[in-house]
Amino acid sequence: MAQAKTQSLDSAETDKVQTTPEPAVLNGAELLIRTLEDIDVDTIFGYPGGAVLPIYDALFDVHDINHVLIRHEQAGTHAADGYARATGKPGVVLVTSGPGGTNTVTGIATAAMDSIPMVVFTGQVPTDLIGNDAFQEADIVGITRPITKHNYLVKDVNNLEQVIREAFHVATSGRPGPVLVDLPKDMLNTECHYSGLKKISIPSYKPTKEGHSTQIAKAAKLLSEAEKPLIYAGGGAVLGEAWEELTAMAERLNIPVTTTLMGLGGFPESKPQSVGMLGMHGTYYANMAMTECDVLLAVGARFDDRVTGRLDGFSPHSKKIHIDIDPSNIGKNVPVDIPIVGDVKKVLPAIDQQTTKPEIDDWWDTIHKWKREHPLKVPESEDTIKPQLMIEKISEYTNGEAIVVTDVGQHQMWAAQHYTYNYPRSFLSSGGLGTMGYGFPAALGAAFGCPDRPVVCITGDGGFQMTVYELATAVEYEVPLKIAIMNNQCLGMVRQWQELFFDKRYSHSILKKGNPDFVKLAESYGAVGLRATNPKEMDEVLEQAMNINDRPVVMDFQVEEHENCYPMVPAGAALNEMVEGDE
Amino acid sequence: MKQSTNGTTQTLNKHTLSVLVSYNLNALSRIIGIFSGKGFEIDSISFGSGKQSDLARITITTHGDVQIIEQINKQLNKIIDVVKVNDLTYDSFVERELALIKVTATRSRRSEIMQIAQVFRAKVIDISPEKLTIEVTGNRDKVNAFIGMLDPFGVTEIARTGSVALKREFDGNV
Ligand SMILES: Cc1ncc(C[n+]2csc(CCOP(=O)(O)OP(=O)(O)O)c2C)c(N)n1
Repeated sequence: MAQAKTQSLDSAETDKVQTTPEPAVLNGAELLIRTLEDIDVDTIFGYPGGAVLPIYDALFDVHDINHVLIRHEQAGTHAADGYARATGKPGVVLVTSGPGGTNTVTGIATAAMDSIPMVVFTGQVPTDLIGNDAFQEADIVGITRPITKHNYLVKDVNNLEQVIREAFHVATSGRPGPVLVDLPKDMLNTECHYSGLKKISIPSYKPTKEGHSTQIAKAAKLLSEAEKPLIYAGGGAVLGEAWEELTAMAERLNIPVTTTLMGLGGFPESKPQSVGMLGMHGTYYANMAMTECDVLLAVGARFDDRVTGRLDGFSPHSKKIHIDIDPSNIGKNVPVDIPIVGDVKKVLPAIDQQTTKPEIDDWWDTIHKWKREHPLKVPESEDTIKPQLMIEKISEYTNGEAIVVTDVGQHQMWAAQHYTYNYPRSFLSSGGLGTMGYGFPAALGAAFGCPDRPVVCITGDGGFQMTVYELATAVEYEVPLKIAIMNNQCLGMVRQWQELFFDKRYSHSILKKGNPDFVKLAESYGAVGLRATNPKEMDEVLEQAMNINDRPVVMDFQVEEHENCYPMVPAGAALNEMVEGDE
Repeated sequence: MKQSTNGTTQTLNKHTLSVLVSYNLNALSRIIGIFSGKGFEIDSISFGSGKQSDLARITITTHGDVQIIEQINKQLNKIIDVVKVNDLTYDSFVERELALIKVTATRSRRSEIMQIAQVFRAKVIDISPEKLTIEVTGNRDKVNAFIGMLDPFGVTEIARTGSVALKREFDGNV
């Protein structure tokens, strides 16, 4: 079972391209900026400090890179992450040594879990002080090793340019992920030459793109003969930009499509083939279709435990085809019959081409029956705002065209369920790590990346407070971001589990007493603050908020406090053992 | 011991992996981190330069069911600095480990110990009135057996290199 990643070790081609005459010498900091300009980096989320002052000095005269001064390095990494998810380009972060670096850890781990391309530059103490417990020294390469796709400590300024280019290449190719580059201060001050090398090739790193043709033929045959096929699309369908191929295939073959949380928007939810999201808080019909299907086509999804439920009850009757760019995702949690390692964007059309439309009218009848009998519910109320309605209203007021960025908790699941996602890169959420505090800064990053699209952050009163200080950044840069707080005065998702599984013992999950006045808080930063306590006010607030275009708006929606999020697959249950709710 | 999660029951097997990787400590740490971070086992590991001076050859012996070994392979391959992973277990391969064993050897038992050493083609490399230090090479089983034989005499210290291994060039099939 030898797995050769590459044959030849001496194929490193580094084409030097003739560029305009350069200043003969520049220092490492200037080289960094020069290289970032060359690879079209337009935005950096950063925070200065001693070790990176040479870089900040070099930035002072640069106008084609927008440096955004965030207020905390964690938020900076989330912002870069949101920028990357919204644009498809790598997010770039610049922080100082020691605490600057350690503050990025949560954001890097969040990006790593969801395969988000990001390059983080950290300052480091000068090379001769490394290991001395010098002021603001931290072994950030060691700390981030398990949460980066790759990382570098630059020890020779002559390698700096190569390392920077490699970092972007690694972050954006294959299964994307965060890469960290640690820059000792002396590297930034040392003179060096800019070479403008263009082509980066790492002999030991060659991700597979084309799927294996025999496997593709087998998959097509299986799908052609299927009686109850299902396509299960994950984050890979979005990251791999395969939404057009996926939509074309599902429409032509008329096969139902369910998406994961990360896959939302990868297939338009208003198409008849959509059965919505599956998993712990997925739709009844998606989870039933997963349980009953006979052929499952997994597209850039990783059979996460929040999706599969109890493994022995997961899609027990199906033959499984799994396309993924990362071989280690295949067969990790669930055995697969036809593994296909490759780029989903290339493999899907290849399968589509060889598949004949299966006869599945009975299957559709069953699915339609499930849809009719078990729709997602929006409970009605005249005087309190039901959280589900809050999401539907936001969907309505934005015509389903916003980039929706969520935090983590009940509101995240309701946002996934009740907003209609028809466009890719339009639902941004920390799926893998489930990082509270992610939503607002990620929305900020998305707004910087896509200034022409409306961006709405849907967050909880708990999670918003984790990174609320970024209101300063949003106000400073006049970002017309809409922040909708689903304010249930508690850590809703925790409260829900305590209600259902811990005998209503609400241990440390109620926030009411300490919660700030979010309207005043917003106003104190110079943002607009609005509040709604009933459905009528909610309409007014949304109407007003949508017309503000020069600064952030914080909407404090005081919702029903005891609402639970359903359907729900309890931990340890199989997907078809959903709990459907109170009534 | 980590068990595969997908419900299949498979027998645990010993595997010898030969990993070719850029010669740098970050790469070595990443390799070890895969094992500690993901709950895989290392029975032995050896690290040294290979044919090219900028590449190291790491030999890892591990165990686990088929699914776990497959994950180990895939996870190692994901490391950017890893050039190649060979699971030698599926090939014919040669494997050697070197061990230095310090054993209590009073005058009356010294010749008995040396006889055992001879059977294992081991060499005495240090001698004192109370102790012998013996060098033995062989595959893991042989080294284990030799240590087992010396145990009753009182083994006081052991240093083992861990296995190093290479694929056999000619496996007898013509
Ligand atoms: C950093 C972090 N700490 C703790 C958790 C555990 N956790 C998951 S959901 C949740 C409650 C979130 O409450 P809130 O932000 O008010 O959102 P709600 O569930 O009420 O919509 C908590 C504490 C987490 N996901 N992330």
